[in-house]
This record gives sequence, C-alpha cells and structure tokens, in this order.
Amino acid sequence: MKQTHSLSEKLGLFALYFVSVVILIGAAYPIYFVVIASFSDPNALANGKVWFFPQEIFLDGYKKIFEYEPLWTGYRNTIIYTIIGTLVSLCVTIPAAYAMSRRDMMLRNGITIFFTIPMFFGGGMIPTYILMKNLNLIDNPLVLIIPGCFSVYNMIIARTFLQSNIPEALWDAARIDGCGNIRFFFTMVLPLSKAILAVIGLYVAVGIWNSYFDALLYIQSKEYRPLQIALRDILIANSMSMRTGASGQTTGMMQQRLRDLLKYCSIVVSTIPIMCVYPFLQKYFAKGVMIGSIKG
Amino acid sequence: MRDGTKASRKDRQSAPQGGEYVIRKKTLGERLARDFRQNGTLYLLLIPAVLVVAIFSYVPMYGIIIAFQNFKPSTGFWNSEWVCMANFTRFFSSHQFGTILKNTLSISIYSLVAGYPMPIILALLLNQIRHEKYKKVLQTITYMPHFISTVVIAGMIVVFLNPNTGLYAQIAHLFGVAKPVDPLGQPKLFSSIYVLSGVWQHTGWDSIIYLAALSGIDVTLYEAATVDGANRWDKIRYIDIPGMAPTMIILLIMNAGGIMNVGFEKVFLLQNNLNLSASEIISTYVYKMGLIHQQYSFSAAVGLFNTVINFILLITVNTISRHVSETSLW
Repeated sequence: MKQTHSLSEKLGLFALYFVSVVILIGAAYPIYFVVIASFSDPNALANGKVWFFPQEIFLDGYKKIFEYEPLWTGYRNTIIYTIIGTLVSLCVTIPAAYAMSRRDMMLRNGITIFFTIPMFFGGGMIPTYILMKNLNLIDNPLVLIIPGCFSVYNMIIARTFLQSNIPEALWDAARIDGCGNIRFFFTMVLPLSKAILAVIGLYVAVGIWNSYFDALLYIQSKEYRPLQIALRDILIANSMSMRTGASGQTTGMMQQRLRDLLKYCSIVVSTIPIMCVYPFLQKYFAKGVMIGSIKG
Repeated sequence: MRDGTKASRKDRQSAPQGGEYVIRKKTLGERLARDFRQNGTLYLLLIPAVLVVAIFSYVPMYGIIIAFQNFKPSTGFWNSEWVCMANFTRFFSSHQFGTILKNTLSISIYSLVAGYPMPIILALLLNQIRHEKYKKVLQTITYMPHFISTVVIAGMIVVFLNPNTGLYAQIAHLFGVAKPVDPLGQPKLFSSIYVLSGVWQHTGWDSIIYLAALSGIDVTLYEAATVDGANRWDKIRYIDIPGMAPTMIILLIMNAGGIMNVGFEKVFLLQNNLNLSASEIISTYVYKMGLIHQQYSFSAAVGLFNTVINFILLITVNTISRHVSETSLW
C-alpha cells in the first residue's frame, strides 16, 4: 500500500504519538509528583526544586504518619470492612444474578422491574437516614456492609455473564439427571463463573475501600472510622500538624510546608497499595465494563 | 434434586391431557404453581437480594411522605402534622433557591460538555495506536486515576492548589507570578476545578466502553475502505464514529438523565467559606439542612424535588432519542 507512507500519513502518525505521550504524562504526573514530594525535604519542595526526582530525601513525614494512630485504626477498619463487605456482597449478588439469568423463571420480568426502579428513583438522603436510625444502624459498623451489599448494576453484569457462559442445555441435562437448582448452582455455575466472581469482587472491594460518604453520615465513634474519614481529617480538615526542631518552635510558613508533606505521605500510604495491585488486575476490571456494556 | 425429578414426572403425566387438539392455555395460578414447583429453589437464591433492595431502597421511598409533613422524630410518621406543599414553597421562595439551582446546573452541564467527548476522543486515539505494548501502558496509566478515592482526589486538589506551597504556586513562580491567587477561594473557578479534575480522573476509565464498541467493528470494513483509498481520517469519520454511535447515544442519555446528580462527595470536600456562593449545590444543601440543622421535612422536600427533576429529564431525553435515533434505554 503506497498511500500509507505518504507525508501526511507520517505527520498524522507523529501527531498521534505526540498527543498520546502528552496524555500519558498528564495522567501520570500528578500521581508521580505526590510520590516524589512525599520523600522530599519540605523546604526544597516549597522552593520549587522538586520536579522530576525527590530532593534531599526526608523521611520524617513518614515517621510521623506511621505514629499517627487514627490513620492506622482507619486502615485496619477498612481492611475488615472490605473483606467482609466483599464476601457478603458476593453471597447476595451472585445467587441473585444466577436466578435472574434463568429465562424459565416466571417472575423474572417482574423482579427485573423491582430491581430497576431504585436505579432511577430513590427516597433520598433524609428518609434513608431515618430508616438507618430506626434499624439501630447508626454508629454500627454493619451500616457500611449491609445496605450497600447489593448493587443492581453489578447484578446485571453478573447476569449478562452467566447468560452467555452457562448454556441452557447444561441445565436441561443436569435436570434430566435429577439435579436440583441449588446443587446445580453450587457444583456447576460457581466453578464456571470464577471470572465474574473476580470482576464483581474487585468492583465491590474498590468501592468499599474508597467509600467515605456512608461513614460520614452514619459513623460517629472514632474506633469504627474507616480509612477515608481519617484521610479526610488529614487532607481537608488539616487536623494533623507536626513540629520540628529542638525548640519546638516553627513558623507558620514552616507549619504549612510540613502539613503539606504529611498530606503527600498519607496519600501515598493510603493509595499506593491499590495502585500497585491494580495493573495486575486491570484485565478483570476492564472485563466488567465490557460485559456491562452488552445490553442484557 | 428430589423436586427436580418430581417436577419432570408430573410434566410427563400432564402433557397428554393438556395437549389434545387445542392446547388449553393454563391459568396464571396454574403456571405460577408449576413455576414454584420447578424453580422454587431459584427464588430462594433471590431472597437476600430482594430483601436488601426492599428494605434499603423501597422503604426510604415511603419516607418521601415526610416531605409533605412537618416531621418530628418524636411524633413519627403517623402523627406528624400534614403541611401539603409548604416545604416546597419555602424552598422555592428562599433566597438560596436560585443560587443552588444555578450552581447545580452549571457544574453538571459543564461536566457533561467537557467530560462527555473526552473518553470518545481517547478511545479513537488509543484505537489508532498499533504498538500493542505502548497501547497497554497508555491504557493502564490513564485508567489509574479512576481508582483514587474522592477524598484523596480532593486532598490532592487542595494541596496542589495551595497558593503558597502547592505545585500550582511553583508553576506560577516559574512564570514570574510572585503571589498567585488561591483558586479554591475564587467562586468563579470552582466549577472548572471540579470538572477538570473529574476529566483527569475518569476519561481513561470511561474510554473502555468505547474501546469495546470499536473492537466490535467488522475488520473487513477497514479493509474495504483501504482498497477504496480511504486514509486514517476517513476511517475514523466513516467507520469508527458510526460504529460507536449507539454506545455514545446510550451514555448521553444516562448522563443527561443524571444532570441534577452532581457528585456530593467531591463538592462537599472542596467546599469552603470563600467559594460557597458557587459550590453550594442541591445535595450539599440537603445534607446541611437535614442532618446538621435537623430540618428533616424541608430537606426531604428539596431532595424529592431533585429526584423528580432527574426522572423527568431521563424520560425526556430517552423519548427524544427514541424518536431521533431509534436508540433508547427502554
């Protein structure tokens, strides 16, 4: 093909790679900057010396962060909430998705409508809050696990997957051999749906890990607070400060610099674990979007 | 196991009777009974999900009635005084109504206009890259910000935009500005900060769905186009974009339907006293009035107003789309 080597085609290719490199840097640099800033001396940072590499490695920020109890309480809580929440969510979502994937179930359409309405219409913040209060879920860690354990969106993704991956003939054959629904679900469907378990589990886990609104509304006790609430105190409410020097006296400017340093460190400590694991799981996340995009 | 065999044996018995010359249509009751006999255990699998949705999604809908009451927790749903539309008229006539509505709409329309085309453009661009390894790296990096929590995003914005110490200040110094303004203290900059950080965070992730649509396009179309002498642009213009069109329309409907749903969390976290005149939106207002000032009924009314507008928008956009393009949600 001669046209592909024409000048305009070459220019287009150059522009393509140029623009994509700009996008790459634009997407990565803010994250990269947080990491290098967290290792740099706050004065070097404030004087505009930190651009591409950490300057004058300074680890006091991390030292302080590791001693800061609320962050680690939050970390522990979030790990617990994430593990339990994800398991509960899978136990509720996957069986429902399987039932909904069966076309021979008579009430399927009715139940679909039942599940779909809340996607577009809801009671709102206040009635939900009153409900939680009446159910004694205020300041109860269960409030972060139970109400959000079923997402219709995730159920639809799982249902679409099961519909295309568990052939109806398989069920027919099993039924003729005398297999019931429950046994079929546990011995045939579950082993065949490991991929979708991973996808939904990851979605739910990231959702719980990052969620902060429910805890803001419903959790008051310090010992139940998840990571994101502790982070909010550090990052937004400026609740944490740090003194350096033997005299313990620091100027306002220095205070601000150290506070910024602590912010960088806490972002790294809380976010980098996910960032590191994520590239290995990326194909599962992307798979979820692909499955979800097929209209079920 | 046992109920499966029983059901199939019953089927065999009843088949000759029902299958004379005219097949008698079974009544609803009979069909339901048969369904429960055969698939009763399937319904068991559904029970937890149905319970969760019924309790946590449907019960609060019933709570909407407090928007028409002067609800006090001490008197409860049943004994609270009915006030009809008083809560709504109070909201519509309050001096904040105009500002809040304007802020909500401007932030979300800005988000839609700036945020909607970006993933499409990125997907088209990614689709042009033939170097698979590089493409993979590009995808991984651009998806990454999606996994950062809202709290951390807001924290990054705050610390970057600090006019004394942040990255923004350093860049301003490079350009010779000694004392840059505080962007988060400027009401007129609030929506841009909100929207552009959102574009940074979500463009990569949102492009996946378009990439999926592009990968579904028949390869022979490109081959035919090449034979006909089409260049890169022609292929994008006449194959890629039409191929993505149904996905584009569906997402546009969904986005337009959620126009009044500006994400509460990020706005709330970025709000401060200086930018409040531009950053107070319906959901933050509902939160403050309801949970901080304990005006349950008033804030439930404001929330209901928001839900109703959203619902109307969704239906309108969906109807328009169905007539114009034959693509719709239902």
